[in-house]
Amino acid sequence: MAEEVKKQRPPLDPNSAKARLGKIAAEAYSSAQEAKARGEMVGWCSSNFPVEIPETLGLAVVYPENQAAGIAARGAGERMCEISEADGYSNDICAYARISLAYAKVKSAPEQDMPQPDFLLCCNNICNCMIKWYENLSKDLNIPMIMIDIPFNPDYEVSDAELAYVRDQFWAAIHQLEELTGKKWSEEKYKEVMEISGRTSRAWLAATACARYEPSPFNGFDLLNHMAVMVTARGKLEAAEAMEKLLSEYEENHEKGVSTFRTEEKYRIMFEGIACWPWLRVTSTGLKSRGINMVTTIYADAFGFIYEDFDDMCRAYCKVPNAINLEYARDKRVKLAKDNKVEGLLVHTNRSCKLWSGFMYEMSRQIGEECNIPVASFDGDQADPRNFSEAQYDTRVQGLMEIMEARK
Amino acid sequence: MYTFGIDIGSTTSKCVVMKDGTQIVGTSLLVGGIGTKSPAEAVRQALENAGVTREELAGVAATGYGRNRYEDADYHVSELSCHGLGAHHTFPGVRTIIDIGGQDAKVISLDSEGRMQNFLMNDKCAAGTGRFLDVMANILVIPVGELADYCARAKEPAQISSTCTVFAESEVISQLANGVEMEDLVAGICSSVAGRVASLAKRINIVPEVCMSGGVAQNAGVRNALSEKIGHPILFSPNAQLFGAIGAALYAWEKKQ
Ligand code: SF4
Repeated sequence: MAEEVKKQRPPLDPNSAKARLGKIAAEAYSSAQEAKARGEMVGWCSSNFPVEIPETLGLAVVYPENQAAGIAARGAGERMCEISEADGYSNDICAYARISLAYAKVKSAPEQDMPQPDFLLCCNNICNCMIKWYENLSKDLNIPMIMIDIPFNPDYEVSDAELAYVRDQFWAAIHQLEELTGKKWSEEKYKEVMEISGRTSRAWLAATACARYEPSPFNGFDLLNHMAVMVTARGKLEAAEAMEKLLSEYEENHEKGVSTFRTEEKYRIMFEGIACWPWLRVTSTGLKSRGINMVTTIYADAFGFIYEDFDDMCRAYCKVPNAINLEYARDKRVKLAKDNKVEGLLVHTNRSCKLWSGFMYEMSRQIGEECNIPVASFDGDQADPRNFSEAQYDTRVQGLMEIMEARK
Repeated sequence: MYTFGIDIGSTTSKCVVMKDGTQIVGTSLLVGGIGTKSPAEAVRQALENAGVTREELAGVAATGYGRNRYEDADYHVSELSCHGLGAHHTFPGVRTIIDIGGQDAKVISLDSEGRMQNFLMNDKCAAGTGRFLDVMANILVIPVGELADYCARAKEPAQISSTCTVFAESEVISQLANGVEMEDLVAGICSSVAGRVASLAKRINIVPEVCMSGGVAQNAGVRNALSEKIGHPILFSPNAQLFGAIGAALYAWEKKQ
């Protein structure tokens, strides 16, 4: 194994993109907490629910998936999973759901607390497990659940029928929320949110596209952290500004020939799947110690929501990664792999996420063939630490590296 | 020039001493892998067997699950590359290697020069690995080494439908209680391992020649069932269990060149 080059890191500049993005991600929780303290209603929201709706209405929402990731990354995934398993939830159910259901019961997790919900915003464009998870929350907590159904799309385009189906539901959700919270929808405010969200998304896409430079000006694991802001705050002005700062830093890094990947970049890979949060350090060190930079992931593409009007926004939510067919999903990844000159693909067979991991078996084979790159996969879980083996991971990553090395 | 390969697996330790990257001059194979005294003893035996001292070794490469904890090595190489090198050394025309070890199964594809192109490994489950056979042999009270003989005498292999090792265990026990012949049960067990590995192999493009490596390669019952399921003959060498160590010794030799 190559020795990791240890460099003294300067203290974090509060004006840096990293500090600003970290602050925005933390404020997503604290501002909701403050809203709750002021007596306002707070919602729990699924990650690909149209965030423009609560943002335009001025509603405080928090994201259980984000919270679960934070809890898992700080080592409490197993403790929380065991609570919901003791309540009868199978350990086959997504660990985010298990952690969230446990949190709704015990209402405390020092690893990442957040206010209890008064309403739920659910959208199944990522998976259908979401529906049952939120239905159970709704029943346990006796609070309303607002549901937007976005079916899996077997076609490349969003048909007029699907658009009409989804658009009506968006409006229905808006009206339900107006009634529930007393807040009012304003077209003017919506335009503002749409513009900011577009600005944030454009900066994010441009920043992640800096991976095309060799070496990449950033460590791909950065994206997994910064993504939290794309999920929770892309409609906020500070987020747009921080993402633009991130872009300028990456461009500057490239000009200066430096990178946040603090060792020599010998190999470039694409990573597939949600991060293995409980084993983040192990998984990232296994790559970094071998000079493997994970330069890109589908997240680079997934959270770039750019649209011109309400209909276009509806279409964007019909095209999130888990809602599109295998061929379309593959083409997006092949483009990322080629644009960013990746030499290998590492797939996290994430036991929590059935849909995503299920179609990766075939999709990764097709990506490998089309890009002529080796593919390795490892078993793990985004939040349940019990589904990962360090030795297995290490062998597979090393095998992948040895193929890339032999090909050079 | 002498080079040395040590393969520390989950259940066994294997060593090979090679001369000039061509000739195997000493070997050893001990039960007991990572975390036991076997690796050190295997080293001693292989050196003694070759009549070579540690000082005479120009390079040492370690492979297998215990590779990173073995400090007396110049190189730490994955067992994937090593099985590829070892198999290619033994069968120069081999393009697909099916390795069934103590706790994992892998399928490795090589290009015509013997370089690893791609690989697939079993998921986290132990079904389809050597451990599965160990557990089954244990409940049938048959030495693992004799499973193949039982297989050869089978009339109609029993159906073992559970993938899970624990469930398969109780399935075997109840079939035994129902009077199913021991031979047929063993054949069913071997066929179940072969079935798991065959579906893994089919996910990679199987290019002949195909060979097997690892401890389970010794078991003709699994080998024949696997060959039938993948539709290709499977080459076998009595050295199959040493392929990893041979590959490691070759790797060290290539590096020292
Ligand atoms: S991780 Fe997968 S299964 Fe879990 S909520 Fe997200 S999309 Fe659904």
